[in-house]
Amino acid sequence: MSSEDLLSVNDLRVAFRAGGLSARLAGRATEIEAVSGVSFTLQRGSTFALVGESGSGKTTLARTLNGLQPVKAGTILFEGQELQGLSNTAMKPVRRRMPMMFQDPVGSLSPRLSVRSLLSEPFVIHGLSDRDLNAEVTRLLALVGLPRDFADRYPHQLSGGQARRVGVARAIALDPVLVVADEPTAGLDVSVQGEVLNLLNDLRDRMGLSMLIITHNLHVVRQIADRMAVMYLGRFVEQGETEAIFRAPHHPYTAALLSANPEPDPDRVHQRITLPADVPSLLARPSGCEFHTRCPQAQRCCAVDVPIPVAVGNGRLTCHFPLNT
Amino acid sequence: MTVLEVKDLSVAFHTEAGRLEALKQVSFCVPANRSVGVVGESGCGKSTLINAILGLLADNGEITSGEIIFEGDKDLARLDPTAMRGLRGLRIATVFQDPMGALNPVLSVGRQMRDIQYRSGLSKRDKDARSVAMLRKVRIPDPGSRLTQFPHEFSGGMKQRIAIAMALMMEPALLIADEPTTALDATLEVATIELLKDLQRDIGCSVLFISHHLGVIAELCDEMIVMYAGEVVESGTTREIFHDARHPYTQKLLACDPARLSQRVARLPTIAGTLPDLRRRPSGCVFQPRCDRADAQCLTTPPSAVLGGSHIAHCWHADIPLGAMNA
Repeated sequence: MSSEDLLSVNDLRVAFRAGGLSARLAGRATEIEAVSGVSFTLQRGSTFALVGESGSGKTTLARTLNGLQPVKAGTILFEGQELQGLSNTAMKPVRRRMPMMFQDPVGSLSPRLSVRSLLSEPFVIHGLSDRDLNAEVTRLLALVGLPRDFADRYPHQLSGGQARRVGVARAIALDPVLVVADEPTAGLDVSVQGEVLNLLNDLRDRMGLSMLIITHNLHVVRQIADRMAVMYLGRFVEQGETEAIFRAPHHPYTAALLSANPEPDPDRVHQRITLPADVPSLLARPSGCEFHTRCPQAQRCCAVDVPIPVAVGNGRLTCHFPLNT
Repeated sequence: MTVLEVKDLSVAFHTEAGRLEALKQVSFCVPANRSVGVVGESGCGKSTLINAILGLLADNGEITSGEIIFEGDKDLARLDPTAMRGLRGLRIATVFQDPMGALNPVLSVGRQMRDIQYRSGLSKRDKDARSVAMLRKVRIPDPGSRLTQFPHEFSGGMKQRIAIAMALMMEPALLIADEPTTALDATLEVATIELLKDLQRDIGCSVLFISHHLGVIAELCDEMIVMYAGEVVESGTTREIFHDARHPYTQKLLACDPARLSQRVARLPTIAGTLPDLRRRPSGCVFQPRCDRADAQCLTTPPSAVLGGSHIAHCWHADIPLGAMNA
């Protein structure tokens, strides 16, 4: 781990129990690995994006980094400290440095608290209520570009974009180094989405923040992330520099995702890679390369041999027959 | 033939803070066998429009004027609740955003698909046979054995396809789809759009497709309307709007779509200002407070429709083409 690395995750595994006694007696799988052997590093001041379909383990990975989900195996080094196995009390100062923004802008704010209480809450939780909270609230509102009198509003009086700004303000309240944002722009309109992304980019530059962003909007990834990883069934199938991946994706799944991106032009002739729509269940992971059941490139060995992650350029790739090499 | 014709529809809500005009003189048509897209920011009245069509407006909402003519002879704005119930699910079907929320988690998929055929008069076995055929149409593998499974045993994409299968089960004349692909990843999103296109052709229904994802509308729809603050500001064929948008709002909305940017930019384009308070609509043109072309006329007089044929833009300055704004 170099000094530039803020977060370094190595072979992380997170499992959930599935099925009861009957499944165990019948010899079926009794757990699913929602995150299965994920490794990546995030450098100071950079933005890392996680892409993948719903159920691929993006949110579970983010929650695990924040200690909201127990780790089965692997290590999470954050600012040189091992987070795996930390107690809830020991995690508290870590969460102050690595806050999380949850999905659903309005739903992630308590409906009974005013914006003032919502923005004071981080200070109270972390024992900083001796600060001038009113001044802090005003400072935070100004940082995220909301008028002062918004402090007395309640979440239901906010639009999606305004609620998201309050969420951002909560996340940056205690001068974090890394913000984990789960779908920060889902459900927002393109114009408001642009505002929120501009705000996050500004804060990153001004406060020297690093960000881990989860999204399934590929256009957003291209606009905001320095590096990205594509998740499939809880594994990273490809990771690397965003521009490099957009220019020449190596993994067939990445290529299919990029080609599927709907473009705002009715006359565009698409050269789409169509995938069979049936995503395998985590309970019955396919043998060999797990993507082989949907892969247009798959050959016989893909169903048998598990591909080993290899370094390609500045990134990593898990595929027997990569494209664009 | 026109399946749905909305004429001068206005809807108001009575709130504690006063009367809120959610839709104002909305007019458009959904021709037979065509897909019509509705785009606009949240709060522009997309959901109110659907609820008005389905007769599901909240108790404090009221259709203040206009007509919703369905299949040429029924005015949905004035239909009694019993007759309306007879249309919903049978002639007008809906698919909503959240596939999990649309299915009952404690009933098997087969049971739910049987239940929605309650008016068909078929036997249980025939109903199940139709369910299987429909599931096969939406490309659920091995549909016969999956009837006994519960919603949680399907993936998100499959659940959405099951919801589509259920909506199209009774071969409705009109399918209303409210952001049906928002929860799906790009590959599944495209697959769902392709599926909707195929089914529409098969069944011969019309689709009213609500989305704020411009790319999806471009792929699926033949025609589209652009809504702003409860009004239709522009309408036309999808090609006309995407290639030759004339309303400044549409032009700005298109420019905001990050999909239009082929490379990374320092600042993403946005539309300055906010939606007007619908309790106090601005005088003149509704977009005037945010518009950089607004002049004296725009401040006082609401613009009438301009441009010819199917392409309509409600703007006094609709002569400036799309490219001129970016230059």
